[in-house]
Amino acid sequence: MNSSSGGLRSLKKEKFAGVIRVFGLFLLALAAFALVLLIFGKNPIRAYLDIFGSTLSSGYGLSETLVKMIPLILTAVAVAVPSRIWLINVGGEGQLYLGALFATWGALTFSSLPAWLLLPLISVLGFLGGGLWGGLCGYLRARGWVSETISTLLLNYVAILLVSFFVFGPWKDTESANYPQTPEFSEAAVLPAFFGTRVHVGLVLALAALALFFFILSRTRWGLEMRAIGVNSEAARRSGIPIGRYMVILMFIGGGLAGLAGMGEVSAIQGRLRPSLSPGFGFTGFLISWMAGGNPLGILAAAFLLSVVTAGGDILQMTQAIPGAVVNILMALILFVILARRSGKGAAK
Amino acid sequence: MIESFLASLLMGSIHSGTPLLYATLGEVVEERAGVVNLGLEGVMLMGAVSAFITTAQTGSAFWGVLAAAAAGALFNVFFGYLVITRRANQLASGLAMMFFGVGLSALLGVPYIGSRITGLNEIRLPFLSDLPLVGSVFFHYDILVYLAVPIALLTWWALFSTRWGLSLRAVGENPVAAFAAGKSPHRIQYQALLIAGILGGIAGAHLSIGLAKTWAEWMTAGRGFIAVALVIFSKWHPLRAIFGALLFGGAIALQLQMQARGLPVSPFILDMLPYLLSIGVLAVWGGSRRQAAPGSLGRVFQGTE
Amino acid sequence: MDSPPFILLQAITKKFPGVLANDQVNLEILRGEVHALLGENGAGKSTLMKILYGFYRADSGEIFQNGRPIQIRSPHDARKFRIGMVFQDFIQIPALTVAENIALFLPNLPFLLARANLFRRIDEISKRYNLTVDPAAQLGQLSIGERQKVELLKLILADAQVLIFDEPTRSLAPHEIEGLFRVFANLRRDGYALIFITHKLQEVLVSADRITVMRRGRIVETLPKNEATAEKLISLMFGEKEVDSSPPRKEFLGEKNPPALELRQISTRGEGLKTALQNINLTISPGEIVGVAGVSGNGQKELGDLILGLEPCSAGQKFLFGQDATSWPVSRVRGQGVAFIPEDPLQMAAFPWLTVQENMAVGHISRYSRQKGLAIDWEAVRGDLNRSLMRLGFQIPSLFAPVGVLSGGNVQRVILAQETAHDPRLIVAFYPTRGLDVRSAAAAREILVSFRNSGSGVLLISEDLDELFALSDRLAVFFRGRIAGVFTPEETTVREVGFLMTGSKGAGTS
Repeated sequence: MNSSSGGLRSLKKEKFAGVIRVFGLFLLALAAFALVLLIFGKNPIRAYLDIFGSTLSSGYGLSETLVKMIPLILTAVAVAVPSRIWLINVGGEGQLYLGALFATWGALTFSSLPAWLLLPLISVLGFLGGGLWGGLCGYLRARGWVSETISTLLLNYVAILLVSFFVFGPWKDTESANYPQTPEFSEAAVLPAFFGTRVHVGLVLALAALALFFFILSRTRWGLEMRAIGVNSEAARRSGIPIGRYMVILMFIGGGLAGLAGMGEVSAIQGRLRPSLSPGFGFTGFLISWMAGGNPLGILAAAFLLSVVTAGGDILQMTQAIPGAVVNILMALILFVILARRSGKGAAK
Repeated sequence: MIESFLASLLMGSIHSGTPLLYATLGEVVEERAGVVNLGLEGVMLMGAVSAFITTAQTGSAFWGVLAAAAAGALFNVFFGYLVITRRANQLASGLAMMFFGVGLSALLGVPYIGSRITGLNEIRLPFLSDLPLVGSVFFHYDILVYLAVPIALLTWWALFSTRWGLSLRAVGENPVAAFAAGKSPHRIQYQALLIAGILGGIAGAHLSIGLAKTWAEWMTAGRGFIAVALVIFSKWHPLRAIFGALLFGGAIALQLQMQARGLPVSPFILDMLPYLLSIGVLAVWGGSRRQAAPGSLGRVFQGTE
Repeated sequence: MDSPPFILLQAITKKFPGVLANDQVNLEILRGEVHALLGENGAGKSTLMKILYGFYRADSGEIFQNGRPIQIRSPHDARKFRIGMVFQDFIQIPALTVAENIALFLPNLPFLLARANLFRRIDEISKRYNLTVDPAAQLGQLSIGERQKVELLKLILADAQVLIFDEPTRSLAPHEIEGLFRVFANLRRDGYALIFITHKLQEVLVSADRITVMRRGRIVETLPKNEATAEKLISLMFGEKEVDSSPPRKEFLGEKNPPALELRQISTRGEGLKTALQNINLTISPGEIVGVAGVSGNGQKELGDLILGLEPCSAGQKFLFGQDATSWPVSRVRGQGVAFIPEDPLQMAAFPWLTVQENMAVGHISRYSRQKGLAIDWEAVRGDLNRSLMRLGFQIPSLFAPVGVLSGGNVQRVILAQETAHDPRLIVAFYPTRGLDVRSAAAAREILVSFRNSGSGVLLISEDLDELFALSDRLAVFFRGRIAGVFTPEETTVREVGFLMTGSKGAGTS
């Protein structure tokens, strides 16, 4: 009764539909945001022209968009990985900061090492920092003690405060007067970038992480077991799949990827650790993952769009005197459109 | 010396704990009805900005508080539309509401950043405020602080001694059973969210026109999430929430007190305390606390088959 | 002429996909009587009562109260007509107190919960009918027996006149059962009509005024108390059929190897609504089919979970193929060659959004994992699955279809094929032919027998006594978490097994 090729065809269609869906939702939200701007007496046309003009119309603009995409892709996969077994990771921000923290320690402590040693070292440290932060929450969840949603959320603040502690305290750059930041990283600790832009090697890591995740998910044994847990955890349990172990591991990996994002930002973009390291990449990554519905092309598309949006926030602040935080409204509108449409799947797992 | 330190600390606890208490009470009501609202942060921010703008424009803090309650209620009812009527995932919807509240309040508050107002005045109670020590610690606050504990008591009474409260708790535990008993789970959940919105809005109002008396973007700084943790810490009970709010308010106040006295403890470490405490409490008592949670928390009633 | 019966169900028919649950059923209920509805699982008793209570709507037929036709479209309607039902799984809220649970269902509760008043009303009724319970106690802390009392109080306080009980004594201790029957007697005296659904003979003989026996969706007979004997009831329940001569079986292979499964004095705790296993001693030798007879809910599920490794035991030891497997994780149990065909394959073993071949792979992932997990040998997966399907004579439309689009029967076939694909040494099969058509059922039985013949042990849990008698080398009867008896089919009769299943003879009676 079912054609044998019907399954394959619908899978391909699904991938394409994922991208279409992301764009469609984005347009809807753009319209709603335009309305909001109008209500507050701002000109939405000018605003959008400013945003898209500066981000898309020049080589420099595009490269800056790519720069923002790097951490966004990583934090999105950080959410996507645990979401496969229905774990909700909203701690991307904190995991990012912890990764940056660990990476900074490495950069400052081993500043005399050559780049080919130092860079891999701080990369591993970045992954480790974020991974431990996420893995801890995975463990607390696997033991049935704390919902990972709450623990990851709360640990965000702890992480940011921890960074502040170090930056204002033991790692403070004495030469920067009252400015809270660490000393600049040595050249060896800075991730190389491409062709004079700020687009750094982290892009390769991000794309590799994305590709790797989906490869693992679709081809490997672990991916199959993960998907099985996500589809029917009871049957998975009865088949002998160690659900608790997957919880810890996937949260560790997710956190680690967000940690890599932090490492990338602190090493390549900022060159030193500051409390203002991330303008909400962690939360935006959460949004991207939700928008994309776990679809890899969708993640790329959404990361691109939201990179434009985030850049837009900075631009709007400069040209239209609209506070940067306003982009949160746009983000929320996008989420609302998705959430209101997915009616009927209300049961939280 | 110690006395005045403790006295200041207690005062700080009460001050900082008040918005926490209101927010927690609201969240207790909605979680008792089965809905978890991570967007409490957004509700509080909307309340804070509405109170500030209204007070600045009308000169009356009374209208400010009212505006905050209304804004919070409206905001939360929209959240209700997402999670009750559209049956969207409660956690994601809550986060979306948080983003929305942060952004909208920032937009609305632009003209008011940094401006100062008189806000809520301190109310002196005859005789009580003049008592030595006790008077200064307990009776030098604005109206919202005074009302906090009575409202907690009212919430407790409503939940446990009225028919409405019984129905609400039944919905949060087992909406199928409540439905079988003839209640309407959806209607009751909307009501709970309305109340939580009012309380959350008032919490935000106290922050902006009671404590800080100014406006800044995202001035709640995570208090909404602390409140969510507080609900669990107090085992979903309004009276225990009073104690919890004092404790967490104390953690916040401790940092300020230490700094004021030039004590060499890093303010950042101190600031971490409330969050770590929340997680710690959950981790230690997590298993048993989860049994104290309303049975149907987070799920959405799907109707009969 | 006598007045019309209190409740009359006339020509009630109800069909579910694949099964005719009620077939032209006529039933009369009188005031002041205790009426037992007796029959095996699947006889249709529960469905009939759920129709009376408004949970289901009959496809055809009518309901009369005092001679007047009434429409019952929902439990709300039923309550309006003073009909109340106490379910097996109570619709209760454990976190609330007794009084609160009762109050929730009271039709005219005042806004202010006047505790004193409520407590008084509860006390009054509980004293009158021997249903003593502490109104302030938290419901979750009470025993099942006490919670049942609360259910009753709920109904009585809400003015129900017809009280329906679905398997009321299932989790009660003997003295609680006696207590319940005393309550029945009191209620009856005050004119209530009580209907209770059961499969337990002894209780029916003790407490019922009239007994209606159902079988396969029909009423077999309604008898008054004085005409009912255990023998008569058993024959009405199970029929007079002679056990047909079993298909020729190879000789029993004997115990030359360690047993496939050995359970020594296994007990489990039985938390919540689970049945606690008590002192189970069971051995399955290679090349033997051990059947487990019993009404569903007497510990079979718990037994299966225990063997699989999902449920820990509080006492005793479990041996698989001679090794102490008491604390083995599920993956190890399965890896050692234990196949599991669950009661509800769709919920418990199938992954609806994964394809058929993916389902197969998940079930035996270690076998098909290559390059340390980086790849999966899909060809081998398909090969093994196709071979297994062919052996069973099953046809599945496509291995690439998501399991969720298959029909229920096909899902069962896939699971069966999947589990038996690797020549398991022990097969635990729960109602393996339930829902299958005659041909597929026969094929499934043949495969179980052929595995037995090639040296596997089989634990066959079934409600079909014919099937059990035909296939089992030995037959164990489960009742209330204990083994009530172990026999070879030659040593016993359907009748005797029926007695043991329903608690009428031997261990576990009340």
